[in-house]
Amino acid sequence: MENFFNTSLSFLFDPLSILFLSVIFAVCLPSAVYSIGYLNKRYSKGKIIYNWFLLSIFAASMALVVSVRNAFMFLIAWEAMSLASYFLVIFDSKEERSVNAGMIYLIMTHVGTAFITAGFLIMYKYANSFDFLALKDACVLMPSGAKDAAFLFLLAGFGVKSGIVPLHVWLPYAHPQAPSHISGIMSGVMIKTGIYGIIRFIIFILGVDSVWWGVLVLVLACVSCLVGVIYALMEHDIKKLLAYHSVENIGIILLGTGCSMVFLKLNMPGLAVFSLIAGLYHLINHAVFKCLLFLCAGGVYSATGTKDIEKLGGLIKKMPVTAFSFLIGAMAISALPPLNGFVSEWLTLQAFFVASLTGYMAGLKIFFSLCAATLVLTGGLACACFVKAFGMIFLAMPRSEKIEGAREASFSMKTAMLFLVALVFALGLGAGIIFKLLEVVAYSAAGINSGAVNISLRNLAAMPGAVNSVSLSTPLIAVILVAVIAGVYFGFRPRQARKYNTWDCGYYKLEPRNEYTATGFSKPFRVAFNFFLMPYKKTEKLRKSFYYVKSFKYETFTTPVFKKYIYYPLIEGILRAAKFMRRLQPGSIHVYISYIFVTMLLLIIFMNKF
Amino acid sequence: METLFIIIIAPLVSGIIAKIKNNLRMRKGQGIFQPYHNLIKLFCKEEVISENTSWIFGVAPFISLASAILAALLTPVFTTNPCAPQIGDFILIIFILALGRFFMALAALDAGSPFGGMGSSREMFLSSLAEPAAILSIFAVSLNAGTTNLGVIFGPHVIKLSSVVAGFSLVMVAIAETSRIPVDNQETHLELTMIHEAMTLEYSGRRLAFIELSSHIKQMVFFSLIVNIFMPRIVSEGGIVCGIFAYIIGIFIISAAVGFLEVSVAKMRLFRAVDFLAFSFVLGLAAIVISVMGA
Repeated sequence: MENFFNTSLSFLFDPLSILFLSVIFAVCLPSAVYSIGYLNKRYSKGKIIYNWFLLSIFAASMALVVSVRNAFMFLIAWEAMSLASYFLVIFDSKEERSVNAGMIYLIMTHVGTAFITAGFLIMYKYANSFDFLALKDACVLMPSGAKDAAFLFLLAGFGVKSGIVPLHVWLPYAHPQAPSHISGIMSGVMIKTGIYGIIRFIIFILGVDSVWWGVLVLVLACVSCLVGVIYALMEHDIKKLLAYHSVENIGIILLGTGCSMVFLKLNMPGLAVFSLIAGLYHLINHAVFKCLLFLCAGGVYSATGTKDIEKLGGLIKKMPVTAFSFLIGAMAISALPPLNGFVSEWLTLQAFFVASLTGYMAGLKIFFSLCAATLVLTGGLACACFVKAFGMIFLAMPRSEKIEGAREASFSMKTAMLFLVALVFALGLGAGIIFKLLEVVAYSAAGINSGAVNISLRNLAAMPGAVNSVSLSTPLIAVILVAVIAGVYFGFRPRQARKYNTWDCGYYKLEPRNEYTATGFSKPFRVAFNFFLMPYKKTEKLRKSFYYVKSFKYETFTTPVFKKYIYYPLIEGILRAAKFMRRLQPGSIHVYISYIFVTMLLLIIFMNKF
Repeated sequence: METLFIIIIAPLVSGIIAKIKNNLRMRKGQGIFQPYHNLIKLFCKEEVISENTSWIFGVAPFISLASAILAALLTPVFTTNPCAPQIGDFILIIFILALGRFFMALAALDAGSPFGGMGSSREMFLSSLAEPAAILSIFAVSLNAGTTNLGVIFGPHVIKLSSVVAGFSLVMVAIAETSRIPVDNQETHLELTMIHEAMTLEYSGRRLAFIELSSHIKQMVFFSLIVNIFMPRIVSEGGIVCGIFAYIIGIFIISAAVGFLEVSVAKMRLFRAVDFLAFSFVLGLAAIVISVMGA
């Protein structure tokens, strides 16, 4: 009991914490700079001060979450982080949607905290202390049943925060509702604290106990990847689209992490470290490019006042810097070389490759190959999704009059975006250096003595089982690409071109209404994945008479599978149970007194027995 | 050196395929050098650019060409390019081609023409489904070699059953990626059926020449990979001349097979192509299973 009160605020600055601290810093700093320009003139002065107050609490609590060395303090910081972000989600509290989104977020995050607390209490029972290192020592002696229970509780708890399918439902509501710089921080780093929790408490403290833990994480990761990206393809609200991509990218991070868990159990430290590096690398990358994309989306929103990509278009001419930043972000998230998203996906694929080469048994090997195929499918779909997003927002003709008044983002917003663009390039081209730094982190997080296995990006030869080294050089790729492009362009520069209309089949002049829409763009995907999306359509005809249809309305929808089949029945069940429990409250004071009496009696018996 | 070779003979292979197709249809057909004439003609023509477009439209052909050339640089022809393993591995080839495709798809949307949007959407759709199949077959071939290092994979070794299966899977992917008949049709300009052609509809002059050249190169990349999977190095035993000879024969066989296929089957509906690619995915998976079993 004494530990509940004697907890001192002590810190643990091991490489893992330092990594997360620097990611938090790298994302919060540009977001804060961005908010100067973003909030200015849109909100009252009081609201702006309120923003800075909440933002600093939010950033500080996130920093605390990843640096305390005591599970009890961890929970306090975790709550502070959740509450601060809740108030930021309902920042536009005049909108009803914000309040609803905040409510969903608040409920889900507390369910998550409850799971985490349960996991901690199981560990506490064996360690009698909340200190991380004491917990780690105690976990060695834990019976495996208790370990399994603790693992499941922690996975569920942290899974809610990081948005693993099917616990992701809050994410597409909460992230888009917050102001854009907050969405950037939430998607960029806050959901990563869930990953921190998984690495810290499951890999570092609890220690992987059975292979199925890793396999479970991998399966969840694959599902998250695909579900996230397929929903993102169907989504036409730019910020919701990005939020679904967060679900996808958390899946990719967990692919690396889960792979590492399998190998820790199979006692292949080299591979475990390598795949953890892949996961962590993607974590940093996603923090950077997702924050960048949210900031650009915020720029578009504040310039045009809409988040619906069907109403945008042609913005590249009015907002060149925002468009360029979004393009770089889109390329990074679509894993195109030589940017950073590609490096981490390549590393994850390499991890899967060596895993399917040296895996423990045939089934596992084939499973790893399938994970790799899932990852590539996800990459392809993400690529398509960002072609859609960038094309609809920035290219071609404006699709509505909202574009007319659009102007380039303000100076502070541009600075923040360009800073993140530079980070994207640095993380992509400096892959060799980043890899070396992450190696240190991965060794300490996986609890393996550094130097036990020798790996590096240029030399995978030491990987168990791999025969020959594989290397990847992003600077070389970049140099060759730039050289060829420049060479061809300057060598065979096209002569003066004539400007003319887009080809319109010799018809009238093309109008924006003729352009391809986002719904049209995603139609093939909607048809191909109809077993999951279950699309349906509504048609409405406004008739003047039977023969003359005045107007025709046509809408397509997709069925929200998880809400319909998991959450609605759950909520219904809870409400029904609550209704049933209401019978306990007849309103008569006598009954209440008898309840108190019975409770006391039971407690006395309980205390005597145990 | 070999990259230059690929770039130079790439249009020729397209010409040969067209010739084979025409001969099978009992037509005289164009000469095998026609693609070169087309390129030269486009090179000299004036360019017309839609007034709706932005700089994306302008740079996309160059990026597309650069990505195709980089892929060609990585691809082993009759010897592996000695600096290729320094740049990247087998997996990189897929991602590099995705780079060019990403920009082409954006450029297709840029003019604001509905055809461009249609082509862009379909191209992204098919390629995102083709990529998993490609990675499985790449994995299967690499598993046999024990590494994804191109120099080692295409070094001298015994041909394995799983590699052959993976090779067939890659042939199907190549048909989809090079817009050949069961999936797409290069010859058509009928609005509702074209995929790749719809994307390039707004281009003209030199930029169109660059795009065409890059699709010829992309085709050569896939053909070279397939030839090298099916014919494990003869170079090591027979020397470089024998290697070159085997390579050319291999390319010719594939061209003939593709031409024959194009003449004998009809183009599929877009959503039937999903089944086609699903089949190639299953073939790739089968290759992995066989490879894990050790054959």
